[in-house]
Amino acid sequence: MQSEKQSGSLTRQILQSISEASLVPFLAILTAVIVGGIVILFVGGDPILAYRGLLQGSFGSTKALSETAIWATPYIFAGLAVALAFKGGLFNIGAEGQLAVGAVVSALIGYALPEWLGFDVPAIIHLPLVVVFGVIMGGVWAGIVGALKAYTGGHEVINTIMMNYIALNTTSFLLNGVMKDRSPTNVIARTPLIADSARIPPIFEGLRVHWGFVLALLTAFFIWWLLTKTTLGFQIRTVGLNPDAAKYAGINVKRIVILTMALSGMLAGLAGVIEVSGLNYRHELGFSIGYGYDAIAIALLGKSHPLGVVLAAILFAAMRNGATRMQFLTQMPVDLISMLQAFILLFVAADAIIRYIYRIKSKGERVVLTRGWGG
Amino acid sequence: MNENIVLEAKGITKQFPGVLANDNVNFDLRKGEIHALLGENGAGKSTLMNLIYGLHHPDNGEIFVNGKPVAIHSPNDSIAAGIGMVHQHFMLIPVFTVAENVMLGDEVTKRGSLDRATVAAKINDISRQYGLDVAPNAIVGELPVGIQQRVEIVKTLYRNAEIVILDEPTAVLTPQEAEDLFRIMRDLTARGVSIIFITHKLKEVLAVSDRITVMRAGRVINTVNPGETNEAELANMMVGRQVILTVDKKDREAEGEVLNVEELSVRDQRDLETVHNVSFSVRGGEVLGIAGVQGNGQTELSEALTGLRHPTHGKVVFDGKDVTGKPPRVMTETGLAHIPEDRQRHGLVLAYTVADNMALCDYYRFPFSQRGVLQPKALDEHARQLINAFDVRTPSPFVSAGKLSGGNQQKVIVARELSRAVKLVIANQPTRGLDVGSIEYIHNEIIKMRDRGVAVLLISAELDEIMALSDRIAVMYRGEIVAVVDAKQTTREQLGLWMAGAHAETAQ
Ligand SMILES: Nc1ncnc2c1ncn2[C@@H]1O[C@H](COP(=O)(O)OP(=O)(O)OP(=O)(O)O)[C@@H](O)[C@H]1O
Ligand SMILES: [Mg+2]
Repeated sequence: MQSEKQSGSLTRQILQSISEASLVPFLAILTAVIVGGIVILFVGGDPILAYRGLLQGSFGSTKALSETAIWATPYIFAGLAVALAFKGGLFNIGAEGQLAVGAVVSALIGYALPEWLGFDVPAIIHLPLVVVFGVIMGGVWAGIVGALKAYTGGHEVINTIMMNYIALNTTSFLLNGVMKDRSPTNVIARTPLIADSARIPPIFEGLRVHWGFVLALLTAFFIWWLLTKTTLGFQIRTVGLNPDAAKYAGINVKRIVILTMALSGMLAGLAGVIEVSGLNYRHELGFSIGYGYDAIAIALLGKSHPLGVVLAAILFAAMRNGATRMQFLTQMPVDLISMLQAFILLFVAADAIIRYIYRIKSKGERVVLTRGWGG
Repeated sequence: MNENIVLEAKGITKQFPGVLANDNVNFDLRKGEIHALLGENGAGKSTLMNLIYGLHHPDNGEIFVNGKPVAIHSPNDSIAAGIGMVHQHFMLIPVFTVAENVMLGDEVTKRGSLDRATVAAKINDISRQYGLDVAPNAIVGELPVGIQQRVEIVKTLYRNAEIVILDEPTAVLTPQEAEDLFRIMRDLTARGVSIIFITHKLKEVLAVSDRITVMRAGRVINTVNPGETNEAELANMMVGRQVILTVDKKDREAEGEVLNVEELSVRDQRDLETVHNVSFSVRGGEVLGIAGVQGNGQTELSEALTGLRHPTHGKVVFDGKDVTGKPPRVMTETGLAHIPEDRQRHGLVLAYTVADNMALCDYYRFPFSQRGVLQPKALDEHARQLINAFDVRTPSPFVSAGKLSGGNQQKVIVARELSRAVKLVIANQPTRGLDVGSIEYIHNEIIKMRDRGVAVLLISAELDEIMALSDRIAVMYRGEIVAVVDAKQTTREQLGLWMAGAHAETAQ
C-alpha cells in the first residue's frame, strides 16, 4: 500500500528536494538584493539604476558575458575544490595557496620549458604539461595537509592556513627573484610571458573568454559524476558523513582523507593554471587575491553541489564584473558589491533568518548531540 | 471532561512522504499513571510523541493539556505546558557537565555569568526528592548510559514537567539500571507526575504500567489494563498474528573451528584494559553466546574481533588465518558479518538511502560496482529483496535511513549482514529495539545460518535471547570469561550468579 503511493510521486519528490535545496539560497539572494537596495537608497543612490548597471555590466552584451565567464572560471574551479573537500568532511581553507602554487608551476613550465630544452615545444605537448604540473603541484600542496590530518590528527583548517602563508610568501620570493620578468621596463613582481604553445586559446575571435570556461563546466559535471556515481565518490561521501561507519564498511579512512584533500588541491591548482594559461599568460603577484576565500563562500552558497557551485560562481562573477558599470552609472563605490556578497552569505549562513522571514518550516534533521542507540 | 486526564490527543493524523505515520490517533494520559505505548517497529509511537512534544506538527487533530487545547509549535511550547521528553537517542552535550546540560536553553545567570551553584543546588534537590542520583559536576560524556538517562529525566523535572515521555528508555539499560528506572518512575507517579512509557519488552509493560495502549500501522488498536492481558495477547495485538515466543532449534553436531581467540587483551579509548586474557573458540554450526551485564568488556571484545580496534595482546585466528589487528576489510573478505552494537555510529550512514546502506560493506564488489562505477539497478534490486525478506517498513529503497523508525534502522543492518555469504557472524545486540515479531524472524534467521554451518558469536545483554539461541554460553565479567557452559546444562539463575561475579568452578 505504501510503496505504490510512493513510486508515483518519486519524481515529484526528487523535484521537490531540488527546489527545497535551492529555496533558501534563492531567498537569501533576493533578501540581500532588497537590503542592498535599501542601503543604496540610504546613502542617496538610486537602487534601480544601480541594479540595472549591475545587470548590464555582467550580462548586457557579448563582451559583458565574456568577461563574466572569465571571472566565473577560477571561481568554479576553486569552488569545486572547497565543495569536494566539504563532501569528504574536510574544510579546505587553503584553496588560495594551492591556486598560487599551481599558477607558479604552470607559469614556470610555460615560459621556461622551451629555454631548458632549447627548442620550441609544440602546443599539443606543452599545454598538457603546463596543466598537469600545475594540477599536480596543487594536489601535493593540499595532500600534505591531508596526510598530516590522517597520520597526526593535525586539523586541516590550521594547516591549510599555514600552507597558504608558505605558498604566498614563497611565490612572492620567486616572483621577486629567480622567476622575475627580466625585461628592462618591468618593475613588477611577475614572471615573463609564457610561450604561445602554453596558452589556452580564446573561444571566439575578439573576445577574451577562453576554453578554460568550458573546461570548468566539464569539470563540474565530472565532479558530480565522481561523487554520485563512482565507488570512490561513495567512499569520499561516507567518510564525510560518518567516518566510524566508513571504517566499519572497510574503507581506508586515512587514504580517503589524503586523497580527498589532494583532489581538492588539484582543482584549486587548476584554477591557478587556467588563469595563467588562459587569461594572463603569466603569473603576477596578487592576481588572485581572494579567489580561494571567495571559493569558500561559493561552495557554501552552492550547498557543495557541483551545479550549485557553478551557479554561485556565475553569480559572484556577475557581481564582480558588473560592478564597474554600476559604478559608472551611479557613482556608487564598488565596495557596495562586497557588501551585497556579504549580505547573501550572511543570509545563507544564518538561514534561520531567512526561514523566519519567509516562514519556512525547517525540514532538516535535528542535531544529534550525544548518540544513544536509535531513532 | 474527566478531571483526571492531564493529556489528551484527539484525532491526530500525520502524513510523511509515503507513510501515514499517525492515522486519527486518540490517546489520553491520566494524572499519576504510567501509560505504556506498545507497537511494532514503525507503528508510529515515536511520531505521536514527537507531535505531542512539538518536534513535528500534526496535519490534523488537537492536543489538550489539563482539558485545555494547546497550540504546540515547538518544544518550547510543550515545555511551557509541562511536558518533558526523553528521546530514543539522548540530546545531551557530552563535554558539558550535568548542571550545564540541565540548564541548557534555560540558563540561570548571575551578573552575566552562569550561576552553576544555584542550578547544582536545584539538581541536588530534585535528586533527593525523586531518588535520582546524579552528580551536578560530572562530565556527561564520562557517565554510563543509565546515568545519562537520569540526567535527561532530571532535565525534564528541572523544567517542572508534570508529564514525562520516555521513548524506549530501557533498551540500553542493564537489568539493574532498568530496575532503578522503574523505581524512579514509581516515585515520580507517586508525586503526581504522569508518564508515557514506550518499550518493546512485554514483561516490563506488564510489570510497571497502569494502562497499555497498542498501536499498529499508525492506528491505535486497543487500550487494556495489565491485569486483564498477557504477553501472548499483547504480541498478537501488536503484530496482528500469532507470535511464537520460543525458538525452534534442533540439535546439531558442531563442525570445525572457525574462530579461535587466544589470550586476547584489549584497551578502551581511556586506555583501560577492559578485556584481559580472553580465550575461546567458535565452531561452524554452533552459536556461542556471550552473556554478561553491559560494560564488562563485550564492546571492546567485539570491536577487537571485527577490526575496529587493535588488541594489545593475544591472537585471533579466523578460518585458519591469523587476523590479529587486521582492518575490517580483511575481516569481511575472510567471511565475517558484523552486526555492530551502536547502529547509528557504526552500522549506518543515516543520510544515505536504505539501498546504499544495504550495500555498505559490499558496495565495491560485483554486482554493486563495475569498473569503479556504482550500479544503481543492482543496489535497488538487492535492497528490494532484503526489504521484502526482512519486512523493513520503508516507503521505498530511496528513503534515507535516518527517516526510518529506530527498529527499522536496526532491521536494515541485520538484513544486510545476515544476507551475506559468510563463515562467521558476530552479532552484538542484534535485536535491540525490535518488536517481538521481528525478533522472532531474526532469531530464526540466525538459527538457519547456524544450521547451514556458519559460526555465530552472539553478544547480548538479554539473557532470554542468549538462552534461546546459544549452543554454548560464555559469561563475561570484568573483562574476563568466567565460565563457558553447555547451554542445555545451565539455568538462568546460574548464569545470573556468574554475571554478578560469582566465580565458576571452571566449567567446560
Ligand atoms: N522524519 C520522518 N520523515 C519521513 N518518515 C518518517 C519520519 N519519521 C518517521 N517516519 C516514518 O513514520 C513511521 C512511524 O515511525 P515511528 O518512528 O513513529 O515508529 P515507532 O513506532 O517509534 O517505531 P520503533 O519501534 O521502530 O521506534 C515509519 O514508517 C517511519 O518511516
Ligand atoms: Mg520509535
